[in-house]
Amino acid sequence: MQLIADSITHAYGPLPVLKDISFTIAPGEVVAVVGPSGCGKSTLLRILGGLEQPSSGAALVKGAPPPGSLNPLTFVFQDFALLPWRTVAGNVRLALEGHGLAGKAAAAIVADTLARTGLADFADVYPKQLSGGMKQRVGIARALAVKPAVLLMDEPLSALDAQTRTLLMDDLVRLHAEGDLATVYVTHNLDEAVRLADRIVVLSRRPGSIKATFLLDMPRPARSAEDPALVREARRLWDLIRADAAEADRELADAEVADA
Amino acid sequence: MREPATAETGVGARRVAYRGGVFLPETRRAAGATALLALIALWQLASSLGWMSPVFAPSPAEVGEALWRMGVSGELVGHLKASLARLLVGFAIGGTAGVAFGLAVGLSSLVRAPGVTLVSALFPIPKIALLPLFILWFGIGEGSKVATIAFGTFFPTVIATYGAVDNVDRSLVRMGRSFGLSQAAIVWKIIFPGALPGILSGLRIASSIGIVLLVAAEMIGASQGVGALVLSAGNLMQSDRLLAGVVVLSLVGLTLSAFLGLAEKRLLAWR
Ligand SMILES: Nc1ncnc2c1ncn2[C@@H]1O[C@H](COP(=O)(O)OP(=O)(O)OP(=O)(O)O)[C@@H](O)[C@H]1O
Ligand SMILES: [Mg+2]
Repeated sequence: MQLIADSITHAYGPLPVLKDISFTIAPGEVVAVVGPSGCGKSTLLRILGGLEQPSSGAALVKGAPPPGSLNPLTFVFQDFALLPWRTVAGNVRLALEGHGLAGKAAAAIVADTLARTGLADFADVYPKQLSGGMKQRVGIARALAVKPAVLLMDEPLSALDAQTRTLLMDDLVRLHAEGDLATVYVTHNLDEAVRLADRIVVLSRRPGSIKATFLLDMPRPARSAEDPALVREARRLWDLIRADAAEADRELADAEVADA
Repeated sequence: MREPATAETGVGARRVAYRGGVFLPETRRAAGATALLALIALWQLASSLGWMSPVFAPSPAEVGEALWRMGVSGELVGHLKASLARLLVGFAIGGTAGVAFGLAVGLSSLVRAPGVTLVSALFPIPKIALLPLFILWFGIGEGSKVATIAFGTFFPTVIATYGAVDNVDRSLVRMGRSFGLSQAAIVWKIIFPGALPGILSGLRIASSIGIVLLVAAEMIGASQGVGALVLSAGNLMQSDRLLAGVVVLSLVGLTLSAFLGLAEKRLLAWR
């Protein structure tokens, strides 16, 4: 199944946020979307996942999702979005309940998913007892339980500390080595982008439009955070968005002064 | 903690003054009970020493005796039964309807604007002022009293419920949608449990309003009920029976709040 952004343009009232965004996510492909604060990355992701309607253009899917996929377009959220009154297993089960699975069938999938993500020992634990990294593992497990064709991840690691981020990034790399799971990965962190992505889409500052696209053809498992080629790549990206990012920050600061 | 080694810190090193420990009250149950007992003992002492007239302020022993007498004669049971029936029926109606309407106000833009306006307009009315009207509508019997309590507990429950619904994290709702949950499933699996803490604390407030209205309604037109007991005791200058009734009301309130506390503990174990 392909996920296609087809000339997506969006405005919140008078505020233009996205301008004519078009790209295609091929099956199994990991596309990172980077860009300065407020350029509309989260908005784009929500549009791609059907949580928001663009002012014009559309998010399209082409072809059938892989067999057994319950929820072809599945989000992993920056703030985890776990239900505090459900245990880890209960949170994963919620995703299945949305697709009419309950009882034994659901329990089997939940157990299997938790085992696969190293959460089996935490099945009966409530989210507040977990560290941020473990919470996001639950968020990822919940997403995997419904067998997505495309994962939509909005800064999934940005609420975590640096060490945890590295560990989870390793998990994500492994996850993408296992099967052909396509991903749209929104991030501020260029190191994450170059570590994980097959392709990086750079957005300009608001209203976000595609400023450049990079292909990374190094095999994902072979990349390491210290790899000079990757460091160079990240540097190049940063140079590309630095001016925009500084400008965006200044605008945000101005807006806050105006609000005050 | 060990004292810092002077060799390492050198001369002239001082501890940073601790200033974190202000306004962090702990609940010391024993201290609470002691304070209550001390107050009762002081009161008893003042009465025994003749500082207080037995007519205006009977001693705790006299109040206890009055309570005992009413208990064994079965008088108390009759009053209590009548009061509890009114309170529980009224509160059940007002609370249930309040939660339902509060959910509707919180969830539906159709109900919201008119609902909020009506509630804001009617909430400040002292509900006891409507008792005469309810007597016209439902008769002087149980109906008017139950209606007053139901009406009075309805509004705070509505306000607490829709406030609690508004406070449910919208990102959780969006998460539910993104996993294909139906609207009904989102209400029952995400919004209602998320709003439950707020709803329960609203019910707590509503229950105490219910007791106020119960007593007021029973004082206006009832022969049975703890409120009626208190009023008639006052008219007959039987201040020991009067205070015995007050003690019973306090116990009713405590029991109700203990039940709600138990419900909170069971339902909100995840906190
Ligand atoms: N629901 C909304 N209503 C109105 N404006 C919104 C809404 N959501 C986002 N915006 C505005 O749209 C712009 C883009 O927001 P968005 O969250 O998509 O940016 P972003 O690139 O994800 O930013 P960040 O990097 O800070 O996460 C911002 O200026 C934001 O204030
Ligand atoms: Mg964002």
